[in-house]
Amino acid sequence: MNIKKLNTIEIKNSIENREIKAQEIAEYYLKRAISLQEKTNAFITLDEENILKQAKDIDNQVEKGFKGKLTGVPIAIKDNICTKGLRTTCASKILSNFVPPYDATVIENLKKEGAIIFGKTNMDEFAMGSSNETSYFGPVKNPWDMERIPGGSSGGSAVAVSAILAPASLGSDTGGSIRQPASLCGVVGMKPTYGRISRYGLIAFGSSLDQIGPFARSIEDCALILEVISKYDPRDSTSINLKTPEYLKNLNEDIRGLKIGVPKEYFIDGVEEDIIKGINDAVEILKKLGAEIREISLPHTKYGIAVYYLIATAEASSNLARYDGVKYGFRAENVKDLKEMYIKTKKEGFGEEVKRRIMLGTFSLASGYYDAYYKKASKVRTLIKNDFVNAFEKVDVILCPTSPTTAFKIGEKTNDPIQMYLSDIFTINVNLAGIPAISVPCGFDKKGLPIGMQIIGNYFEEQVILNASYAYEKAVGGFKFSPFQEE
Amino acid sequence: MAEINKDLVKYIAALARLEFDEEELDDFTEKFKNILDYVEQLKELNVDNVAPTYHINFNYNAMREDEVRESLEISQVLRNAPDKKEGFFKVPRVLE
Repeated sequence: MNIKKLNTIEIKNSIENREIKAQEIAEYYLKRAISLQEKTNAFITLDEENILKQAKDIDNQVEKGFKGKLTGVPIAIKDNICTKGLRTTCASKILSNFVPPYDATVIENLKKEGAIIFGKTNMDEFAMGSSNETSYFGPVKNPWDMERIPGGSSGGSAVAVSAILAPASLGSDTGGSIRQPASLCGVVGMKPTYGRISRYGLIAFGSSLDQIGPFARSIEDCALILEVISKYDPRDSTSINLKTPEYLKNLNEDIRGLKIGVPKEYFIDGVEEDIIKGINDAVEILKKLGAEIREISLPHTKYGIAVYYLIATAEASSNLARYDGVKYGFRAENVKDLKEMYIKTKKEGFGEEVKRRIMLGTFSLASGYYDAYYKKASKVRTLIKNDFVNAFEKVDVILCPTSPTTAFKIGEKTNDPIQMYLSDIFTINVNLAGIPAISVPCGFDKKGLPIGMQIIGNYFEEQVILNASYAYEKAVGGFKFSPFQEE
Repeated sequence: MAEINKDLVKYIAALARLEFDEEELDDFTEKFKNILDYVEQLKELNVDNVAPTYHINFNYNAMREDEVRESLEISQVLRNAPDKKEGFFKVPRVLE
């Protein structure tokens, strides 16, 4: 059996049909993940013993007749999602020895369906970055070109799937942190509607924007994992009480009559030519499948980055205040009193980008600046949201590039925060509006680097997005999601 | 527009309980200024009659019965504390 080729459903079926053991699957992926760790730096924590123990437990349960949606499927987890007894660092020195006393709700949901929690993936520190270079544990490398960044902040989770170190993974997306690395690494990555997935146990960055979502090789795998984690959770007051959808069962490749909006503001100077060509080719394919293409306008698109960097940082400055040396792991030494402990702990424990965002957020909320910055940004957020609300009166989904560029070189943008922030220009507004979106691989540029197309949907219409993506995937004969696929 | 200089950066840092060394301060202030210059573009928009959006959430209030529920064990909660004593977090002295 070629384990590498098995998708999540095939893994589950093979294990439940006793054709293979969960342990063999786990051993296979562990071997790959360990042997490629030095090259990719995709993982922060890979607890071999813990993974094999989970696999053994699953095998025992299968003996007793256990059936789940993800029986024995190893899922890599971004290191800002709490895992009971398994170190969760947020790629920060300040949480470098934090071991959560509880599981995030998404982890509970995965475990209930028989999944194996497979290691904690590298990321930008506190999910603040677009290149995975702000990690305290060092940058992650893009498998398509090891000199390039994988995108961020969920870089490790994207690479885990792209380098076939795990069949699927979870990430989190505050301004593009699932979709942009999915695009740059050539895999599927989805940010669901705000409120669809419980954030309980997700270490908070921008609480009004954060959402957990899957990385996968195919739309089927994405649909299945999304279904497992889309459950109402009373422990998250923003979790919406809806019936759990059957995304996988309801996948439908018939998109005749689907109205697809293409926003003119997303095809501007600065978007690489190959990307525009890739998206236009995808539009042609969807048109042939019977979709109706309409040009639309989202007039406030260009203000998204400015709005985001006032709002997300304001929320972050409040959320990160708790890392003061009292409750979690790291505390600076040799301090004379409490105040000095706070200051020295933060000074030594946070990296440059995190400090920058705490500073920006504190500024945005500070007395005398609040009205002109945070409040103003919150008003423009309304305009950005209304752009989408208006668009969805005319179209079913919106199609555009996920990122204006393909993967850039390590170090290329580290000294210029604005340039780095602009990599999220096409993803950020989706978070500000709280709507769902996916990034789907759609070919390669002349350098052989993956291009991603973003499909954005209306509130809670994840199924419509998945169906459009599924139709495209079928039409192109599946994705070449990994440079190692044939090896 | 706010005048961005080292004094303002030091003031904001104090509010955030952060601190920068003198040698980091120039570079930080420069980058901070660039970002705030960038966000100035919001000034182009008149939003006097627009209501702010602080969150996108369809829940109004998530209420529940006020009942006793199981919570984490104190030993588990204190497990990550850098310093603790008799079931409490321990911190350095607050007053001289």
